[in-house]
Amino acid sequence: MKTDIVLAGVGGQGILSIATILGAAALKEDLHLKQAEVHGMSQRGGDVSSNLRLSSDPIASDLIPLGGADLIVSLEPMEALRYLPYLSKTGWIVTNTAPFINIPDYPEQNVLENELANQPNVVAFDMDELAKEVASQRASNMVLLGAAAPFIDLEPEKIEEGIRIVFGKKGEAIVESNIKAFRAGLDKAKSLSK
Amino acid sequence: MKTKHLLLGDEALALGALNAGLSGAYAYPGTPSTEILEFVQGHPLTRERNIHSHWSSNEKTAVEEALGMSFCGKRAIVSMKHVGMNVAADAFVNGGMTGANGGLLVIGADDPSMHSSQNEQDSRFYAQFAFVPTLEPSNQQECYDMARHGFELSEQLGIPVLVRLVTRLSHSRAVVETENEPMPQNALSYPKNPRQWVLMPANSRERYRQLLKDFDKAEQLSETSPFNSYTDGADKRLGIVVTGLAYNYLMETFPEGCPFPVVKISQYPLPKKMIGKLTDECEAVLVIEEGQPFVETQLRGVLDRTGRIYGKLSGELPRTGELTPDSVRKAFKTLCPSLECIKETEILPASQVTKPRPPALCQGCGHRDVYGALNDVLKEYESPKVFGDIGCYTLGYLSPFNAIDTCLDMGASITMAKGAADAGQHPAVAIIGDSTFTHSGMTGLLDAINENTPMVVIISDNLTTGMTGGQDSQGTGKIEQICLGLGAHPDHVRTIDSLPKLHDDMMKLFREEIDYPGLSVIVARRECIQTARRHAAKKK
Repeated sequence: MKTDIVLAGVGGQGILSIATILGAAALKEDLHLKQAEVHGMSQRGGDVSSNLRLSSDPIASDLIPLGGADLIVSLEPMEALRYLPYLSKTGWIVTNTAPFINIPDYPEQNVLENELANQPNVVAFDMDELAKEVASQRASNMVLLGAAAPFIDLEPEKIEEGIRIVFGKKGEAIVESNIKAFRAGLDKAKSLSK
Repeated sequence: MKTKHLLLGDEALALGALNAGLSGAYAYPGTPSTEILEFVQGHPLTRERNIHSHWSSNEKTAVEEALGMSFCGKRAIVSMKHVGMNVAADAFVNGGMTGANGGLLVIGADDPSMHSSQNEQDSRFYAQFAFVPTLEPSNQQECYDMARHGFELSEQLGIPVLVRLVTRLSHSRAVVETENEPMPQNALSYPKNPRQWVLMPANSRERYRQLLKDFDKAEQLSETSPFNSYTDGADKRLGIVVTGLAYNYLMETFPEGCPFPVVKISQYPLPKKMIGKLTDECEAVLVIEEGQPFVETQLRGVLDRTGRIYGKLSGELPRTGELTPDSVRKAFKTLCPSLECIKETEILPASQVTKPRPPALCQGCGHRDVYGALNDVLKEYESPKVFGDIGCYTLGYLSPFNAIDTCLDMGASITMAKGAADAGQHPAVAIIGDSTFTHSGMTGLLDAINENTPMVVIISDNLTTGMTGGQDSQGTGKIEQICLGLGAHPDHVRTIDSLPKLHDDMMKLFREEIDYPGLSVIVARRECIQTARRHAAKKK
């Protein structure tokens, strides 16, 4: 198996927790993994991305080549579009549609919607809203992870195991609320991508 | 028994050092090196063995402290970002001269593409002229393995060893296999030749001759290093010299194996014989290295006019920015268009609707209020100049503040403001953070105090080293005392909280001190919003 993922979002949104969870799951499953991220200045409300590569075979490059990603997973709609050249022609975009507006020239909502709709394989919905409904808004990254799960070569139960490993220290209530958000995202994505 | 961990390159190196009998880790925070000392600080072995892991005031003090530990026979690491090597250069280059007793690794983390830095300098150049061997890991496992190898190499040669990292290794995670049993630490022991640790001319001349001989020995060791290798290939049109992380991009290009002979280099000085064998056998050579063309320049020299050496200088690989799997692939496509094993990928065009989203100061950050008040006051003057420094507050350059005119290096706000004031500039304002002030601002302030230079130094004190994620700042709680101790006039060392409600008070204070014809220091203080949140969460 092999899944190459570009994770995207805005500094502080929590995309790196997704990487941590997939990392924990991959380690448990004895898979190979490489995950590149950039720290430092980019944390301050700027765009943030991370390359995550999962494979049953050894992985060479820490970076995903252009046109090579199986998935773009984004907590923010404009950030999902920033990495299009990395997406393979058969790849999927899974993105939150709730915008994070902290720049004066942020595009109009309908412009982003149209651009996303023009892409062949997209799962897009308001993940903040769904997270609020089933857990809390802070769990929108777990909704996103759930929505991305059908496109990752790793069973959802194994990703859930990763959530347990990462949030275990914070207590059962936190684990359960994150798993609830994960499952809600998974169900929603399944219904949308049918 | 081995265990698997998921580790950043930084963390793998730190764990490797811990398991290889580390006694002290020294550092000043700097992206992408910060996580090395942070990992040591958080590891249980550090408490168990009482391993030194405090932050130092700057990279120079850190290297000197590590050299002191090495002098006593113990294993030490000292880590910094590439520009930190400049601050530490005096200690680093002369550390080659004193040599090492206990194994000493100097870790320089380069930042090609300048993700979070002022330049793309390549730390390997420092090691070359200091006659210090270099290790350049290509992946996270090598980061781990090279810590022990580096200590042993350092002790065998009696010289510190540079470990050169780059952002994509420092800040990339992979699965790493480690030993479970840490090695014992070295006992206290003193150098066999104490003379070489006193670098007076007579001793230094003798030591320099020895260092050159030892460096020759280091070259022999590079030929047999487990981290350097020659792998034959059937296609001799091209031979590949590849170093460190770049090796991964080569392998990404040829998943079934590279058809050309390859010399992989992760230990320097360069293994000349190994490279000679490659150049003898192949029609041309492609050098693939992350950072500046360090190896390529050496292979070309001045006299090479054969046109047989390709790389960054000849343009097949980009001269600036970090390498990518795509740029390496493109180099092969350019040099060997007939290669069938490189498949074309269709690439989607970039979206035209996205906008840049630059980093910004956090909401609730005190630097915002300092810039807000400063900008409002400076409107009252004809041509004010504000000299900036390195930290989150460098973002004051961007909209909406557009508040600073310069940013050079750590501490330069104060000294550049002084030079400008010397030239007749008024108002000349320096703005510097607390951690940068104790890193390199204090000595410059002494210059300004001694001449009572008419300028204002604003120390925007957020009680932490903010930009690198909130490490302890060495001057916390004593900034005013330091200024007074250096001799600043007590009437002109003034403190204010950088809060929105004190906007008018800040303006008044800035105005009064700008109009004072001598040196003033204003400490504008408010805890970093990020660390404040963390502290609040801990209290709950």
